[in-house]
This record gives sequence, structure tokens and C-alpha cells, in this order.
Amino acid sequence: MADQILFFIEVVVGGLLAGTMYSLVALGFVLIYKASATFNFSQGAMVFFAVLAFVGFMQDFNVPFVLAFFLAVFLMIIVGLCTERLVLRPLMNQSEDTLLMATIGLGYVLEGLAQAMWGVEVRRLDLGIKDFPIPWIADNLKLFISAIDLTAGIVAFGMIIGLTLLFKYTKMGLGLRAVADDAGAASSIGIPLKHIMLLVWSAAGVVALVAGMMWGARAGVQFALVDLALKALPVLIIGGFSSIPGAIIGGLLIGAVEKVLEVYIGPFFGGAIEGWAPYVLAIFFLLYRPEGLFGEKIIRRV
Amino acid sequence: MKPIFMTYTRGDLINLAILLIVGVVVIPMTVSSGYWYTSILIPWLCLALATIGQQIIMGYTGQLALGAAGFMAAGAFACFNLILRVPGIPFVGALLISGLIAAAFGILFGLPSLRVRGIYLMVATLASQFFIIWMIDKFGWFKNYDSSGIITAQDIVIMGKPFTSPIEMYLVIVAVVTPMTLIAMNMARGSTGRNWMSVRDMDIAAESMGVSLLKTKLQAFAISSFYCGVAGALFAFTYLKSLEPVAFDIKLSFKVLFMVILGGLGTINGAFIGAGFILLFPVLLNYIGNNVFHGAIDATIISAIEQVVFGVLMIIFMIYEPLGMAKLWDTTKTKIIGLINNKKS
Repeated sequence: MADQILFFIEVVVGGLLAGTMYSLVALGFVLIYKASATFNFSQGAMVFFAVLAFVGFMQDFNVPFVLAFFLAVFLMIIVGLCTERLVLRPLMNQSEDTLLMATIGLGYVLEGLAQAMWGVEVRRLDLGIKDFPIPWIADNLKLFISAIDLTAGIVAFGMIIGLTLLFKYTKMGLGLRAVADDAGAASSIGIPLKHIMLLVWSAAGVVALVAGMMWGARAGVQFALVDLALKALPVLIIGGFSSIPGAIIGGLLIGAVEKVLEVYIGPFFGGAIEGWAPYVLAIFFLLYRPEGLFGEKIIRRV
Repeated sequence: MKPIFMTYTRGDLINLAILLIVGVVVIPMTVSSGYWYTSILIPWLCLALATIGQQIIMGYTGQLALGAAGFMAAGAFACFNLILRVPGIPFVGALLISGLIAAAFGILFGLPSLRVRGIYLMVATLASQFFIIWMIDKFGWFKNYDSSGIITAQDIVIMGKPFTSPIEMYLVIVAVVTPMTLIAMNMARGSTGRNWMSVRDMDIAAESMGVSLLKTKLQAFAISSFYCGVAGALFAFTYLKSLEPVAFDIKLSFKVLFMVILGGLGTINGAFIGAGFILLFPVLLNYIGNNVFHGAIDATIISAIEQVVFGVLMIIFMIYEPLGMAKLWDTTKTKIIGLINNKKS
């Protein structure tokens, strides 16, 4: 019995830690949605683009780790700048659906560019962290927790705290929230809309890079990252599109539930229910609580 | 927006007659190489039919759905199983029933549309995409317990005559796609289509005018997935000639979405233009790669460039012409006619 309980805890903890990865991707979505009310469908492509560039700099040009990181950050800022200039500004005041479709196009552009520049083969990314259980925890608590999962969890947690502080206590964060609330009113009192957009897309780019590094270290840097990132969508539905804590809790919930379902119910159906379980979970949330756990209630007027 | 005529004008009938003559008489008589049929005409018509399905739900009813490939898979495997398990079922009958089965899935996964819209609905329809493919993949019954993963599609037999050569299969597709397109056009400009469009433009206002949201949305989902299901069955039986769930992955859904958007939201002819463009552009790129650069460019690079171009086009159309290539075509036509008329007078 004790073994079973321990195994259950292990499954849940593993799921929670994998869930932090979803949270990291979802975080990028939330950042952009909060500031510009745009569903950025290209976040998954940004993850792929950022980490492929990072690995490409390291492996093809022998750039040291730290420099490659900053080069990738710089690249994501350029992507943010171009997006703001070429996509968002011409589409200002368009409907949400139009913007969503434009970001699907943007995602295609980023995926294509990344593959044209760096090729399509799977690349290994070694962060110096092993994907093995941490011996100390395995010995003392009898739980097998992978070091890389734990690192991802800690990094995600750090980013959340940082971003929450940024939104809550800095002048920039106040500006961000003002723009999100009413872009017209915000720009009329002198908040620089352009800079805010640039900042928020760059921040989303950096978040994408970190998320990609965590995923890449685990599963290799490859195109499948884009599909994995799609799972951030149910996370957002469960957590609410405009809530940073929601993205985190949604990610953890999806991670834990999908692992538990896979381990305990999956075998009855031949496994691999992870592929759709999060989406079905999201549908149930949509039926009972469409605004998500922490989202603002959606009010539409005729 | 084009005014909606409830009756066909003489011009419409002439256009239809010309298209039919070209499609059924001229093309089979002049085009003899199998390549044109198997690689261009057949997939073009199949995907155009799926695009009409996506068009109905997205362009006319305004519901952002992203599961066309899932419904196509449902149709394809339903058709395979019907022919396999029901002795003596006519092919067209199997095709229609598999469309109905896909429609049942469409209604089921369209239910969330009653509560949500936009990206929320997109996520709900993604569930259908992943669920249907998973279901077919995991339950051996659907694949007739074939372990190789790829099942050869049965031959198309109509009234005892097998239709197996490219040109015969092409004619079968024309015979299915033509009436379905006409029906779609009729629905789109009749009261059904007006209900769809009123839901698209402002659902709350539509409801207060007495349009039942429940009925209209689910009807649109059912019809849309019926079209996708039939298209999927045709796609598998004539183009792929095999049935594998992988062929209907999310990439195909995105492709159909692109066909709708680039072709033009809310137009039936846009479905054909969009499908043609998305299908022919890679062929053109490959041709340029092979003949201008003599294979100096890697095939993976070419497909990457193709992705970039599609993405850029999508953004450009969203910014400058949200109604897509069908609208561009309309504008050009009007301009040319205007020029001709000016010269006459």
C-alpha cells in the first residue's frame, strides 16, 4: 500500500514538474494577451525559433554559452520589433480573430525561417543538467525526481515571481496594464504604446527562449516542440488568458492530471491519451467556467 | 459584399456550363499524362471540397474551428470500414454514410461553440483533431487489425465497374464535387447561409431576430464536417490510395485553414482558388529549385521557404485584403470589364 501511495506521489510530482514546462510556454501567451489583447498563436513557433537559434549559435559558430544566450535574446528582441512594426501596427483596431489568424501566419514564418537557417535535424542541447533522478531525494524520500525537471520548476517559479513584480510594482508594468485595459486611453495620456509593445514581445521572446531551453534539454531541439507548445492552449483555458498565476496553476494542473490519467486510465485504452486528455479537460472547463480559474469574466455587448 | 441573388442569372448558367464542359470533356480529352491527374487535379478537387467544409464553418458561420483533418480522417476510415464490412454497399452510398458519420462527430465537437468563440473554440476543436486520430490509431477495429499501420484502400467500384485509372478516378471526383459545390453555393445564398452569416456578424443580434443559435451553429458544424468527411474519404481512396491516421495530422488542418484564408473567407470559389494555390505553389518552388538552381537548394530548405511564403502571404492578406484571393480575382475582373466597356463607348 505504502508503495502504491509513494508511486502515486511520484507520478503527481513528475506531472507537476512537467507541467511547469507548459506553464513557461503559457506565460509567454499571457504576457502578450495582457498587454495587447492578442492571442499570440505563434508563441510555440517562437519557442522553437529561439532555442534553435541558441543551439545553432553554440554548435555551428562555437559561440560560448552565455554569449549565445544573449545573442538569442537579441534575436528575439528583433523578432519582437519586426512583429510590432510589420504585423501589429498595420492591424491595429482589427478584430481579435483577424489578429489571431495573423499570428498563425507569423508562426509559420518563424518556423520556416528557423528551419531554413539552421536545418531540420534534431539537435541535442546539453545544459550540464542530467535527466536522472537526484540521488539525495531518491535515497531519503524514496521519490525519483529528475534533476532537469526540478531545475525547470525552479526557473519557472523564478520567472513568475520576476514577472509578477514587474507587472505589479514598476512604472513599466503599470503602463502595460493601462495599455491592456484601454490602448486608446493609455496612449492619449502619453504612455508610449510602441515601446510597451516592443517590451512585451521581447519579454515573451525571452520567456520562449527559456522554455525552449528547458524542453530542448529534455527532448532535443526539434520541430515537435511546436506541437508540444500547443498544449499551452488548454493550460490557458483552464488558467484564464489574462492571469499569470493562472498560467502557472493551469500548467501544473494539466501536467499532473495528464500524467495521472496516462498512468492509471491510459492502459485500458492502449495508452497515449496524453495527446488529447488536456484538450478534453479544457472543453469541460469551457462548459462550466469559460473564463478559466483566474480569468476575468468575459462580457460582450451588442 | 456581392449582392445575393436568389435565382441564377444567365451569366451564372453559362459559367457553369463552360466549367462543366472543360472539366468533363476538354480535360479528359486533352490531358493524358497520369501525373496531372494523380498529383494535381485529384488532390486539388479533394482538398477544395474539404476547404468548402472549413469555409462553411469559418467563413460563413464565423466559428474558428481547426479540426478539418480530424473529420477527414473520420470520413476516410468510415468509408474504408463500410466497404470492408457491409457487403455489396455501393461506393457512393458508403461515401454519403461516411460523410454522415463525420457529421455526427462534427455535432459532438461543435457543442462547445454554443458557449465559446474565437481561440477558445479553436482549442475545443483541436480536441476533436487529436481525439479522432488517437481513436483510429488505438482501436485496431478501425484499421481491421492491420499492424503495418498503412492499409491499402479498396478499389472504387461503381455499378460493377472498377474505377482505378487516374482519369476514371478524376471523373468520379468531378461527379461528387460538382453537385456538392452547387449545393454549398445554394445553401450559402439561401436562408441557411443568411442565418450562418447573421450568426457570424453578430450572434446576439441574430438571436434576438429569432435565429436559433443552437440550431444554426450545430447545423453549420454538421454540414461542414459532412463535406470534410466526404473529402477525406475521396482523398484517401483516390490520392493517398492508403489509409493511415498520420496523413490526417494537424498539419493538414492548418493547410485547409490556410486554403480558406488565402482563398477568401466567405466565398465558395475562394475555396478552389485557395486549394489550388496552396497545392501548386510548392510544385512551382520545386520546379524552380530543380531547373533554375539545378538542385543546389536542399529540399528541406525549399519546404522551409514555402512555409515562410505562406505565413507572409497570410499576414499580407490579413492586412490588405482580408477577403483573400477570391476578392482580388473579383476586383481584377471588374476592372477588365470596365476597361472593355470604356473602349466600346
